[in-house]
Amino acid sequence: MSTYSRRDFLKTGLVAAGAGVAVAHGLPSIVTAQGKEPVKIGVLHSLSGTMAISEVSLRDVVLMAVDEVNAKGGVMGRQIQPVVVDPASNWDLFAEKAKQLLLQDKVAVVFGCWTSVSRKSVLPVFENNNGLLFYPVQYEGEECSKNVFYTGACPNQQLIPGAEYLMSKEGGGYKKFYLLGTDYVFPRTANKILRAFLLAKGVPAANIEEEYTPFSHQDYQTIVGKIKRFASGGGACVLSTINGDSNVPFYKEFANQGLRSENAPIMAYSVAEDELRGMDTSALVGHLAAWNYFQSVDTPANKKFVNAFKEYAQKKNLPGGTKRVTDDPMEAAYFGVHIWKQAAEKAKSFEVDAVRKAVYGQTFAAPVGTVKMHEYNQHTYRPVLIGEILKDGQFKIISRTKTNVEPEPWSKYTSPDKGCDWINHQGTYQKKA
Amino acid sequence: MTRSLLFLLLCVAWLAGPPASHAQSPDALKALGDLALEDSDKREAAVAALGGTRDPKWLEFLTALRDGNVYARGKGATREIVVGGVKTTKGDQDVIDIATAYDRKPLGTVPVSSLTEIAADRRLRIAIKPFLDADETRVQLASPDSEARRGAAVKLGHQADAGAAAVVEAAIAKETVPNVRHALEESLALIRLAHGDAAVRVLAAQSLGGLHSFDGVPALQRLAADTSASRAEREAATQAIRQIERWSLLVRTIETSFQGASLASILLLMALGLAIVFGLMGVINMAHGELMALGAYSTFVVQNVFRARWPERFDAYFIVALPVSFIVAALVGVVLERGVIRRLYGRPLETLLLTWGASLIIQQGLRLWFGAANVDVSSPSWLSGGFALMTGLTLPFNRIFIIGLAVVCVAAMYWLLFATGAGLRIRAVTQNRGMSSCLGVRAGWVDATTFALGAGLAGLAGAALTQIGNVGPSLGQNYIVDSFMVVVTGGVGKLAGTILAAAGIGGLNKGIEPALGAVFAKVAILLLVILFLQRRPAGLFATRGRSAEA
Repeated sequence: MSTYSRRDFLKTGLVAAGAGVAVAHGLPSIVTAQGKEPVKIGVLHSLSGTMAISEVSLRDVVLMAVDEVNAKGGVMGRQIQPVVVDPASNWDLFAEKAKQLLLQDKVAVVFGCWTSVSRKSVLPVFENNNGLLFYPVQYEGEECSKNVFYTGACPNQQLIPGAEYLMSKEGGGYKKFYLLGTDYVFPRTANKILRAFLLAKGVPAANIEEEYTPFSHQDYQTIVGKIKRFASGGGACVLSTINGDSNVPFYKEFANQGLRSENAPIMAYSVAEDELRGMDTSALVGHLAAWNYFQSVDTPANKKFVNAFKEYAQKKNLPGGTKRVTDDPMEAAYFGVHIWKQAAEKAKSFEVDAVRKAVYGQTFAAPVGTVKMHEYNQHTYRPVLIGEILKDGQFKIISRTKTNVEPEPWSKYTSPDKGCDWINHQGTYQKKA
Repeated sequence: MTRSLLFLLLCVAWLAGPPASHAQSPDALKALGDLALEDSDKREAAVAALGGTRDPKWLEFLTALRDGNVYARGKGATREIVVGGVKTTKGDQDVIDIATAYDRKPLGTVPVSSLTEIAADRRLRIAIKPFLDADETRVQLASPDSEARRGAAVKLGHQADAGAAAVVEAAIAKETVPNVRHALEESLALIRLAHGDAAVRVLAAQSLGGLHSFDGVPALQRLAADTSASRAEREAATQAIRQIERWSLLVRTIETSFQGASLASILLLMALGLAIVFGLMGVINMAHGELMALGAYSTFVVQNVFRARWPERFDAYFIVALPVSFIVAALVGVVLERGVIRRLYGRPLETLLLTWGASLIIQQGLRLWFGAANVDVSSPSWLSGGFALMTGLTLPFNRIFIIGLAVVCVAAMYWLLFATGAGLRIRAVTQNRGMSSCLGVRAGWVDATTFALGAGLAGLAGAALTQIGNVGPSLGQNYIVDSFMVVVTGGVGKLAGTILAAAGIGGLNKGIEPALGAVFAKVAILLLVILFLQRRPAGLFATRGRSAEA
């Protein structure tokens, strides 16, 4: 830290002072009464509204992880007491509930959010009140908040490897790319990064097509017709960031108009096992998806995790029971709880800044293999897997990186000059040329 | 370099001659042993040797290797390569069934820990892929499923391997299905265009033009721009491109019209029930969408019954589901009408609130009974896939079916309203309730029938929608706005208005979408409807119904 400016000094000073005040006034009971009182954590996932389908599973898996920690004696001898709130898929309510968790319930950490818009809406709350959020979903990157740990994938851990796979000889050597998404922030940013990547790899602009549809769009006739013309001559594939239940009509129309996965595969970035529950998968079979975890990962740790979750769902009488599945965001939410526990024990404190510093470099034997928190950029080292959709809604893993991939919140294709570092810099910084 | 050359030769070797039959030859056995080595060059060569035999059993072995099911047992001279099967847990250790590599003779069950997995790394998988692909394409070309044959033909055309020409020619001679034959001819032309001499290329270009081959355009464009090609070749290519483009224009026109018709028929099916209830009875039925959801869930239930009881007649379930969903929704409609709505006739605002409340109750009921997640409704096989109308245009069966269903429904409605006694009574009550009652028409009964009819049509629409969209508790909300838009634009109380509005909105939407994209097409349609209603607030066909008099 050679250029420690006065502004930096003031900033750190204020943060430290703020934290000091919080310790002195806000959290004395938690800090002093070790071994007695339980420690509170917040769970901020939509239990009603459109996002409930996806987010309820995250609540379930977080509570399961909490049970596991509690059964082994809790954190530093203190049981975890989860405070579950329902922001009801309403972005404003997310901020309100986050405030309630931090100021009223005084939770030590929050596990929550799914959509990027909900995360953006709680971000100022966590930053202003120096809270701590574990965010478990793959996202578009371009964010670097010291109050958030991102356990899902960065663009370079999902988007780029998916496209790279299709370009590789093994993946079929595709040369034309149709970028199709639902019209909101994740697909727009994702496609911006994908386009920059493809152009950098020498794909001519004429071989890239980009298109968006509204939420819960059902009529894919025109788009599939366009894809068909685009794919004539061969070598074309679709990179899809279509969200939620629009996928079924899309894949159905795709198959019905005579397109096949052998000739024009779809690489999906938003279709996981949990979404495939309750879908007629016959039209999806053979298409691909890129994630950092699949339920079909064949390791003893994952078998244990999958069985534990099914048993948990049955024991707690959750709808679906033993038919419940696990997927990437669920795994990320699950190991997030354990990472936080380990960090708090290392820091010997629940105080946010101490825990945050202890999280850096923390490793955990997650179901997919050992994952590691980045040393300074708030994100997570994870392996990248490509899977092929099977009839039963599971994935056959057809490609997996040997090692974990380092997270890059600022994509080197769209923002080569930016980096994220909370040790040597103050968050996002300009890289020197 | 020699290795990759050998590799390339082996890739195309299967196309050239009959399969060799050295099943368990010493070469193959040596290659098998090499797989367990550390040296990845040797492993790759071993894969090439095994794949080169083109023996289906070795190809099956390579599939197992790619999927990570191949293990080595023992050490040194006694080392043996085996294929793993089902894994189970016995006591505290995992055990696995193993079999010999070539003919899969069972070797018993052994602990997993006694075996070493032969991992197929990326490089090995890349080496395996062409052999399996070539085999897959060959198998597919001989497949009884015509779609699979067509897929293989298209793939061969895209690859345009010189060696494949003979195989494709042989397949053309045997092929009887026209569109598969067409795809094969197209592939052959593409292969010849890529590898023939100048005269052959001219013929191939002409043939591609005649076949209206969209797949041929990129290759033809390259040829047309190739300055080293002869003038005849370039002219033939240009000519062919022109021919294909003219055809493409025709295809697009028909495609867009079909898409418009399809969207219009869906809108019409959704709006028909609403138009009857709204137009004839003056009831703004906010629960219309949920009645559609009921129809969709009825289809789901019928499907599950068939799947459990008569799996061999599964394809027939949809035929049964159509009347069932009509009846279920109609019954709920009757209960709704007799129970509450009839007490509020002539008070449109109250009925609006009441039916909205009913919609929430039905929605939540569905959520409690079936769960919040979407449920899975499979298409029967006769509604999957499409009808290849002409080169480059496939019309999906499910959409053709829905267009047909909409036509039938409209015809039935006209017949019912204008050619039967019940229809006469419905029209009489609509025009003048008091006078009809005086003349002995049971107005209450007529109300109940009309509402049941509207609700039943909603149920039918719901059943049809399961074939193109999702089935979930909030299904109704996704469609209710569009339904109202059609009814209001059409003008309240006139079936002709509803039909015309559905056709107009559907056609315009599909006409605009290719140019502006899905998001803006929707915005543009809403704007147009608003402007239209500014000019004609009463819709296309203004009429006087009971609501107009009240």
